[in-house]
Amino acid sequence: MHIEVNDLRKRYGPAVALDGMSFTVRPGHVTGFVGPNGAGKSTAMRVILGLDAPDSGSALIGGRPYRSLRRPLTHVGALLDAGALQPGRTARNHLLWLAHSQDLPASRTDEVLDLTGLGAVARRRAGGFSLGMRQRLGLAAALLGDPAVLVLDEPFNGLDPEGIVWMRGLLADLAGQGRAVLVSSHLMSELQDIAGRLVVVGRGRVIADAPVAELIAQTGGGDGRAGLEQAYLRLTRDAAEFRGTTS
Amino acid sequence: MSRPAAHPDAMNRGSMNQGAMNRDALRRGLIDRAVLRAEWTKFRTVRGWVAGTVAAVLLIVALAMLLAGGSHTSCSNGPVEVACPALPIGPGGQAVTDRFYFAHRELTGDGTLTVRVASMSGIITYPPPDHDEIVPGLVPWAKAGIIVKQSLRVGAPYAAVMLTGKQGVHMQDDFVHDTPGPAGARWLRLARSGDAITGYASADGIRWTAIDTVRLQGLPRTVRIGMFVTSPSDLSVSRNSLGGSITQARFTQASATFDHVTPGGPWSRDEVGGHEGMTDWERYHRANGVSESGGTVTVTGTGDIAPRMDAVKPEVSLTGVAPGLIVLVVVAVTFVTAEYRRGLIRTTLLATPGRGRVLAAKAVVAGAVAFAAGLVAAAVALALGTKMLTAGGNQVLPVSALTEVRVVVGAAALLAACAVTALALGALSRRGMVAVTAAIAVIIVPWTLATASILPDEAARWLLCLTPAAGFAALQAIPAYPQVVAHYAPADGYYPLPPWAGLAVSFGYAALALAFALVRLRRADA
Repeated sequence: MHIEVNDLRKRYGPAVALDGMSFTVRPGHVTGFVGPNGAGKSTAMRVILGLDAPDSGSALIGGRPYRSLRRPLTHVGALLDAGALQPGRTARNHLLWLAHSQDLPASRTDEVLDLTGLGAVARRRAGGFSLGMRQRLGLAAALLGDPAVLVLDEPFNGLDPEGIVWMRGLLADLAGQGRAVLVSSHLMSELQDIAGRLVVVGRGRVIADAPVAELIAQTGGGDGRAGLEQAYLRLTRDAAEFRGTTS
Repeated sequence: MSRPAAHPDAMNRGSMNQGAMNRDALRRGLIDRAVLRAEWTKFRTVRGWVAGTVAAVLLIVALAMLLAGGSHTSCSNGPVEVACPALPIGPGGQAVTDRFYFAHRELTGDGTLTVRVASMSGIITYPPPDHDEIVPGLVPWAKAGIIVKQSLRVGAPYAAVMLTGKQGVHMQDDFVHDTPGPAGARWLRLARSGDAITGYASADGIRWTAIDTVRLQGLPRTVRIGMFVTSPSDLSVSRNSLGGSITQARFTQASATFDHVTPGGPWSRDEVGGHEGMTDWERYHRANGVSESGGTVTVTGTGDIAPRMDAVKPEVSLTGVAPGLIVLVVVAVTFVTAEYRRGLIRTTLLATPGRGRVLAAKAVVAGAVAFAAGLVAAAVALALGTKMLTAGGNQVLPVSALTEVRVVVGAAALLAACAVTALALGALSRRGMVAVTAAIAVIIVPWTLATASILPDEAARWLLCLTPAAGFAALQAIPAYPQVVAHYAPADGYYPLPPWAGLAVSFGYAALALAFALVRLRRADA
């Protein structure tokens, strides 16, 4: 299953959030979705997930708009805001209502709790969870329906170093299983080694959409972390200058 | 750098899918079993909402017990305090007033009685405006006529045709049934044929109009038949200083002379219902009784033959419904607004992109929870409250089991309608405090203003017709009777709309609020 984003435009009053954004997320890869704060990453994700309506353009998952999917969590798993929890509800019950909404068996909740390392705290109230634990719970919710597509907004936020290593490994595994994985981040370093492709955005547009290796080569940087970071900075700076002269 | 491969037919496929989606959504309908189950799981897994619902039930029951437990009534028999006598009960199970002067004889088998009411007059003691003299006059429902009654026992089944003080000729039976007769009639006739009794009236004694035929179940072969006169208290309503009402009742008496009595006497005389509770003046100043002269019979009486409403209404045990409703409003509102507060609404809409199905499922869960809570609370409060009130010596107006069920189910339906309205207000405003305040402002405030005797009756009635508080009509157990003069105002527990109509108004507002909430939910980004 692909995610196909085609010429999305959206304004909030005078502010342009999406300015003709187009890209494709293919299965079998982790696609990094990077750009400075306010570049339109979260807006694009909300449009892909049918939460916000674009002014024009389309976002399709497997050829269909998100809102037309029946039992959507069995097609697409999403993590947008790890803090979106009812504090009084236990982790397991949070997953349980999600499972019920998709006609999934209650046993799926225990499977994803174990997968995300939350088995021991399943019956604790989510209100007492650290940000890292909430990220794990959010990922558990995303994986509940065993979806072919994952859309994750800043999943590394709040994770400790061990958690970051764990998350990278898990995302690589998920992509390795043939899933399309879109991961947004404002820190290049987090996507180090796992992102096969990068979609770099700035001010509501795609600045670059290419395999990581190609990006590093194009911008003439070195190798490894420094090269990627440099490429990213150059790209986003160019975009800002380009925008500055035309507006 | 490369742009993603364009899909030339992406937009086309998108719009096709849009059409397919709409058809799909229509086929699936607004109620989705899985979404319902998810919303129910959400509700039951938050302790505050479950505790709030239980608290609402306990509040309703506790207020019924508190009120009933603190309420004691006793009657005096001269200087001695005694338990109040049981309320007389009519054949329909209602508490009744059954007091009149009766010139009667036996009727065995079928037969008729025909009379002409030659004259009818009466007195009203100390009426407004000056309350300083006894004036001649008849109250609207003073009654003079003929009656077939099973026996002289208070509450015994009867059928009667009568000339009234100001309402013309009527036929009435078994205390609650009333049928108006032709205008201008003075001649009255009752005919018994088995269980069936037919009342006739005529202006000239030649051309007769049948008013109605009623069946008195299990009427024995031998019954009493004769002429009766009675006259209920005169009632006046004035405004109190706050804008509400004060009612005053005063003693009245009526006399009627009957001629052309066919077949004629002799007549036995009895004051059915006795004269307990009358002052010496009322008893002896112009004594009730019968006098015969030639073929004419004059009967003087006071009292009424009618359903009784001046005792404790059973729905006082449901006083806690309004405070319980406030608790359920808070639960229903936060069931929605907590999701906005935490951003959880996005997770909900990711799981179920159909906005209508989410809102419908939430409304069904909140409504069903409130209904179930209301059913338990109202059933226990009504049963326990009535029992405790009776134990405290209070005279509670009896109602049929069917009416009790109707009141309990009505209370539950009222709570359900208000919970759904509150939930919709929560979805509209997305803010807990705003929605709770709005719900109280449109439900509790109009109800309080209308029933607290601080508004003029007419304004109170309008409020209970036009606001979501109309559904409180479902709590009214004792109906208003057009043939009985009483102060039928909301402050005395009489609602302007019948129970089903009041509930329909409340549910109408719930549906309207849901529709607005749905429009907002569909239009706005999440």
